Amino acid sequence: MATATAPAEGARARRLTEFVFRVRELGIVVALVLLILVTAILEPRFVEADSLRNLAVNASIFAILAAGQTLVIITRNVDLSVGSVLGLSAFMAGDLLSSHPGLPWPAVLVLGMALGAACGLLNGVLVTFGQVPALVVTLGTLYAFRGLAFLWTNGRQVNAETLPDSFLGIGTNSVLGIPILVLIALVVVLVVGQWLRDFRAGRELYAIGSNPEGARLAGVRSDRRVLTAFVLAGALAGLGGVLFTARFGTVDATAGTGYELTVIAATVVGGVAIFGGTGSVYGAALGALLLGTITSSLIVLRVEAFWQQAAIGALLLLAIAFDRFVGLRVDAALRRRSARRAG
Amino acid sequence: MTDGRALVALRDASKSYGEVRALRDGNIALGAGEVRALMGENGAGKSTLVKVLGGVIRRDTGEMLVDGAPVDFHSPHDARDAGIAVIYQEPTLFPDLSVAENVVMGYHPLGAFNRIDRGAMHRRVRELLERLGVHLDPERPVRGLSIADQQIVEIAKALSFDARVLIMDEPTAALSGPEVERLFAVVRTLREHGAGVLFISHRLDEVFTICDTVTVMRDGAVVHDARIADMTPDEMVRRMVGRELSALFPKQDAEVGEPVLRVDGLTREGVFFDVGFEVRAGEIVALAGLVGAGRSEVARAIFGVDRPDAGTVEIGGRRLRAADPKAAMRAGIAFVPEDRRQQGLVLDLSIARNTALTRLGALARAGLIRKSAEQKLARDWGSRLQLRFHRLDDAAGTLSGGNQQKVVLAKWLATEPQLLIIDEPTRGIDVGTKAEVHRLMSELATRGLAVLMISSELPEVLGMADRVLVMHEGRITGELSRAEADEESVVRLATGQADLEAA
Repeated sequence: MATATAPAEGARARRLTEFVFRVRELGIVVALVLLILVTAILEPRFVEADSLRNLAVNASIFAILAAGQTLVIITRNVDLSVGSVLGLSAFMAGDLLSSHPGLPWPAVLVLGMALGAACGLLNGVLVTFGQVPALVVTLGTLYAFRGLAFLWTNGRQVNAETLPDSFLGIGTNSVLGIPILVLIALVVVLVVGQWLRDFRAGRELYAIGSNPEGARLAGVRSDRRVLTAFVLAGALAGLGGVLFTARFGTVDATAGTGYELTVIAATVVGGVAIFGGTGSVYGAALGALLLGTITSSLIVLRVEAFWQQAAIGALLLLAIAFDRFVGLRVDAALRRRSARRAG
Repeated sequence: MTDGRALVALRDASKSYGEVRALRDGNIALGAGEVRALMGENGAGKSTLVKVLGGVIRRDTGEMLVDGAPVDFHSPHDARDAGIAVIYQEPTLFPDLSVAENVVMGYHPLGAFNRIDRGAMHRRVRELLERLGVHLDPERPVRGLSIADQQIVEIAKALSFDARVLIMDEPTAALSGPEVERLFAVVRTLREHGAGVLFISHRLDEVFTICDTVTVMRDGAVVHDARIADMTPDEMVRRMVGRELSALFPKQDAEVGEPVLRVDGLTREGVFFDVGFEVRAGEIVALAGLVGAGRSEVARAIFGVDRPDAGTVEIGGRRLRAADPKAAMRAGIAFVPEDRRQQGLVLDLSIARNTALTRLGALARAGLIRKSAEQKLARDWGSRLQLRFHRLDDAAGTLSGGNQQKVVLAKWLATEPQLLIIDEPTRGIDVGTKAEVHRLMSELATRGLAVLMISSELPEVLGMADRVLVMHEGRITGELSRAEADEESVVRLATGQADLEAA
C-alpha cells in the first residue's frame, strides 16, 4: 500500500514513462537521421535543398491523412476508406475548378473537406449506431467510394492545363522558403495534435480506446466521440484530396488508390497502438515522413521497386516488435514497483 | 425514508436477461443525509440494481424517481448529470492514462480557450488523494497499480465532483484498515452535507459502523428494509441467506487419498508470489480471497495458460511442463474457467460439438470427426450430468447458465481427469441449479477426483471445501480446515488483517 516513500517512487515511474514516450518519437527521428545520413554518404545529391524539400512535400499529404487516421485508431477503430475519400475529393476539386476556374481556392478546400466529412459521417454512423466493426464498414466504403469516383469521372481525367495557376500554386509555391503544402501539413498536425493533447474531447478518445466500457461508465459519450473521430478523419482525407490535385494536376478516378495502407503503416510505425489508447499525431506524422524518406532513399540508391515494398514491411514489423518489447518492459517495471509498495 | 422526499428512488423495478431474472421487486429509496447499506449474497441482484441507478442498464419495468420526479437515464452520463456518482465493482480504469486523468475523465478542469489546465488537474487530484490518505502520484500511469491503489483511484473518481448521491459497490474489498477509516471519514462528511450514500459491502462490521439503514436483497428481489439500529448481524445473515447453509451445500464425506496436485513456490512477477499447496484425491480444496487476489491467475498458471516466473507444479509426483496446457490435459488436469461464455464454451457451436472439443483426437477416424461419435459422447455425458436440453444440435448459447456449466463440466469430465480446477463454479447460475452443480462436485470427489475450487461466495466455500486456502494480494495468507473456517476467519485472511502466524 502507499507509503511515505511513494512520491519519490511515483516520480521515478513518471520519468520512466515520459522517457519511453519521448523515446518512441525520438526513435523515429533517430531512424530518419540515420537513413538520410547513410543515403547521403552513398549519394550526396540526396541532401541537396531541392531533394530535401521534395521529401517534405511528398510526405505532407500522407502526414495529413495520418493525423486523421490517428484519431480513429486511438479509439480502437480503423478507417480503411481514406484513400478512396481522397480520390473522390481530388476529382471533385479538379472537376469543379476546370468548369469554374474563377472559384476561389479556399472555397475548394472547404468543399473538399465537407465531402470528406460526409464520407466520414457515413463511416461513423455505421460504426457507432450500426454497431458494425470499423474494419468491415470502412472496407465496404473503401470500395463504395471508389466505385462512386469511377461513376462520377466516367473515364474522364482532369489535366493540369485546365486548372487555374493560383490553385496549382498551392502544390508548388513556397512561403519564406517553406513549401505551402508543408506549411498546411504542419498546421494540421499541430492543431490536431494539440486538440488530442489538451482538450477534453481529445482525451476522451484515448479513454475510449484504453477501456471502452470504462469510458462509458465514466460518462463519456463514446458514440459521439467516435463519430467525431471518423468525421475528422474523413475531412482530413478530403483536404488531402484537394491538395493532391493541386500538387499533381492530373487526376482520374484512381487517385489515392492504396493510400490507406501506407497511412496506417505510417501511423503504426509512428507509435500509435493499433488497439487504441496510446500514440500521438506527431509520431504518426513522423512515421509518414520516415516511410516517404525510405522510398525516396531506395529510389535514389536505385534499389528495385520490390525491395522498396519489402523495406516498408520490414520497418512496420520492426516498429511493432519494438513497441511490444518496450510495452512488456514498462509493464514489468511498473508491476514490480507496485508490488514492492504493496509488500 | 418515503419516496417523496428521497434523493433517488426505485419503485417495482425489474430487469431480465433472457431467461434469468436479475432483478424483481426493486424497491429502494435514499434520502438526504442517509447512509444505506445494500446487502445480499453474490448474485442477489445488488449490482444489477446499482447499474439501473447508475444509468448503465435500463430497467424493464417500474419507475425511477429523482427528487420525487420520474426520470429515465439513457446512459451513465445522464446519471452523472443528475448528481449520481457510482463506484462499480468491475475495474473501469484506463490503464494507458495517468491517475489524474482517470479521476477527472470527461470533467477535466479547463483553462483559457477550454484547454485542459493540467496544473489544476494534478493539484485537484493530489488533494483528493491526500483526503483519502494515499500518496499516489497523480501523473503516473494507472497501468501496474496494485488492486488496492486501483480501488483508491476508483473512489477518487466518484468523489471528484459534488455528487448528491454516492453509490459504492464494494469499495472496501481491497483496502486496509486505515484506508477504510479515511473513506468512512469522507462518507460522514458527505452525509453531513446532505448527500445520500448507498454502500455495498460483505463486511458486516463495516455496515454496522457506517450505515443508518439497510436494504437486503435475495435472489434478485428486495426482501427487507430496516433501520440498522433494529437489526443484528445474525438477523442480517439470515435474511440474506434465507435458508440453512448445510441444506444448500451437500458435501459428502469422501475418502482422502494420495496427493494429486503439488504446487511449490509458484510465482508470477507482480501477480502472485511463492504459492505452494497440495490437493489430494477425494478432496475439495477452496481457494478463497477477494477479487483480484490472484486466485484465477494461479489456476491459469497451473494449467499452463500463463507462464510462471518461478516454481513447480507436480501431478501425481511428476513435474509438469510450464506453460503447456496440452501437457496439463495429458497429465489429467481439467480446467473449468471463470468466464463460461468467453472461455468455457463456444456459444455458437452445438452442445454436442462443445462437449466433444476436448476429445477430438480420440473421436477422429482418419482425421475426420464423425458426428455420430460426437452425439453419442454428448448424449452419454448429458444424461450422467442430467443436462436439460432440447436437441444436441442446439447452440450452447441457448442453454441456461446452469446447463451451460454442465456442458463445460461434461467436456472436461470426458477426458477422465485426476484433478478438476473449477473457477467460480456457480457464478450466474440460479439457486436450484447451483445445488445440482454442488452435488455433482461432491459426487466427483467421492469417486476420487481431486478438486481445486476458486470461489468468491463465502457460503459456497464454507459449505463445499474440506480445506480453505485464503489469498490476499497474490500470497496465500492462511490455510483453514473445514472446522476452522468460518466467515470471520476467511474474511480476515482475505483482507490481509491476519497473517499466516496469527491464523
